[in-house]
Amino acid sequence: MNRAYIQKMQVIMNKELLVYFTTPIAYIVFSAFLLSTGFYFFILSPFFFFGQAEMREFFHALPAIFSIAVPAVTMRLFSEEKHTGSLEILMTLPVTNYDVIVGKFLAATVFTSVMLVPTVIYVITVAMVGSLDPGPVIGGYLGAVFLAATFSAVGVFASSMSRNQIVAFIIGVGICVSLTLIDYFLFFLPVKLVDFFQHLGANYHFKNIARGIIDSRDILYFLSVMALAIMGTEKIISDRSTV
Amino acid sequence: MISVSNLTKMYGDFTAVNDISFTVRKGEITGLLGPNGAGKTTTMRMLTGYLTPTSGTVNMGEYRIDEHPLEVKKTIGYLPESVPIYGDMIVKDYLEFVRNLRELEGDTRIREIAELCGIEEIMHKSVGELSKGYRQRVGLAHALIHDPEILILDEPTSGLDPNQIVEIRNIIKEIGKKKTVILSTHILPEVEATCDRVIIISEGRIVQDGYVNQLRSSFDNETVIRISLTGPNYDELAGLLKNLPGILEVREVEGTPDFTSAELRLPGDVEVRPDIFRLCVEKGWVLYEMKRETFALENIFRELTQGGEQ
Repeated sequence: MNRAYIQKMQVIMNKELLVYFTTPIAYIVFSAFLLSTGFYFFILSPFFFFGQAEMREFFHALPAIFSIAVPAVTMRLFSEEKHTGSLEILMTLPVTNYDVIVGKFLAATVFTSVMLVPTVIYVITVAMVGSLDPGPVIGGYLGAVFLAATFSAVGVFASSMSRNQIVAFIIGVGICVSLTLIDYFLFFLPVKLVDFFQHLGANYHFKNIARGIIDSRDILYFLSVMALAIMGTEKIISDRSTV
Repeated sequence: MISVSNLTKMYGDFTAVNDISFTVRKGEITGLLGPNGAGKTTTMRMLTGYLTPTSGTVNMGEYRIDEHPLEVKKTIGYLPESVPIYGDMIVKDYLEFVRNLRELEGDTRIREIAELCGIEEIMHKSVGELSKGYRQRVGLAHALIHDPEILILDEPTSGLDPNQIVEIRNIIKEIGKKKTVILSTHILPEVEATCDRVIIISEGRIVQDGYVNQLRSSFDNETVIRISLTGPNYDELAGLLKNLPGILEVREVEGTPDFTSAELRLPGDVEVRPDIFRLCVEKGWVLYEMKRETFALENIFRELTQGGEQ
């Protein structure tokens, strides 16, 4: 990949980030995310009940919260372009489909990762009252970034499927929630299938990383889902009859 | 500069563009003229690489669009009809975004283009807040920022007020002196005012292709006279008119309930108006209107594009 490609992706990414940080929708999602994680962390988690100095409950809730928050961030990325017709202007500029898709995906990943930054306050709070094991926290945040990126790719894919943002949001939530919940429904399955389906779930791989164990299989899982979603998006975007 | 051969686009069973071929030379302003739904926008979208043709090829300069889409996109500036530029960006940010994607550097070009398109005073406004006229100019600035060799404009003056139309046309004409411009329109005066050459499209096919002045003179050898009078009914009138020397065709004109109206088609060098006058006097009819029309582009257009509907 030569420099020009990276530059163009960067231009697209910067433009999307500029729009994110200058329009209200992003701040609404941002606030909702912090409210829900804060609520979970301070009200529901055993932090104050049991005085346990750990972040486990916060990371435990993260996949479910991300399943809704990330599609809300990504829903406009292609839907809006299709709806207003700006995709025509964008695609007739000297860019490739992948420049556009990866640029938008990176913007969503950066934005959702930035949403995690204020949650460091929770870490500080916990660290002040007890001795915090840094391993799971670092692993948790690393996993969270992978999760954010994966759900962003899924969200971009969902956004390319409809010119209606609400529809794109629902498709995105549908896929992300499925990836999260597979883990919880495994006991319905025959034992032989459990192992297979377990590996399909994002939650399973996220939990592995969040335990502080970095396994290449988990990383590979996230990268595969991202690649699949990005290639799927490219298929949809290059077929203009859907625009 | 541009050569299009056997271009066809099908949407399912519907043929939007049917086997069209044409070439455009450098330094020409070419108008794609046709009624709504004739296939102009589809043609332009294929020229810009946005749509892939069902069959046929497009060459822009030295590149085939399906083989070197990026190079072609670099040579052209394109403005779609509805000017779908990002509403939630300010004009300056938007033009910088386009500049960066076009791999240009520095702010001088943005200042130049803002001056050319007359948008200097709205550079810090949000695109979504602009009036239609300013929006169109920002769109034009978007298409012109890299000083393209080929400029493709889809209905560049639609929705503008008469003053804005004149301004946009002047900008296009100025650019057309050095660059190749293709614009589409369904408004005839636009072609007469701006274009050197016109390609008339109807139902996805090219029905006429020629230079505007040539086209005009080729139809000059025919004139149309339109008369409205009271006295006879149409059949009586037509019967008598057909006997006048040189008349090629007599047609009834509908929509004038108080008068009997007819249109006569005849060779350009035949003069029948004195005969019509004398006929009226002789019969005691009252002549309300008699008008001689040279065969304007409008008639050519109507004749060529309405054939299918009749």
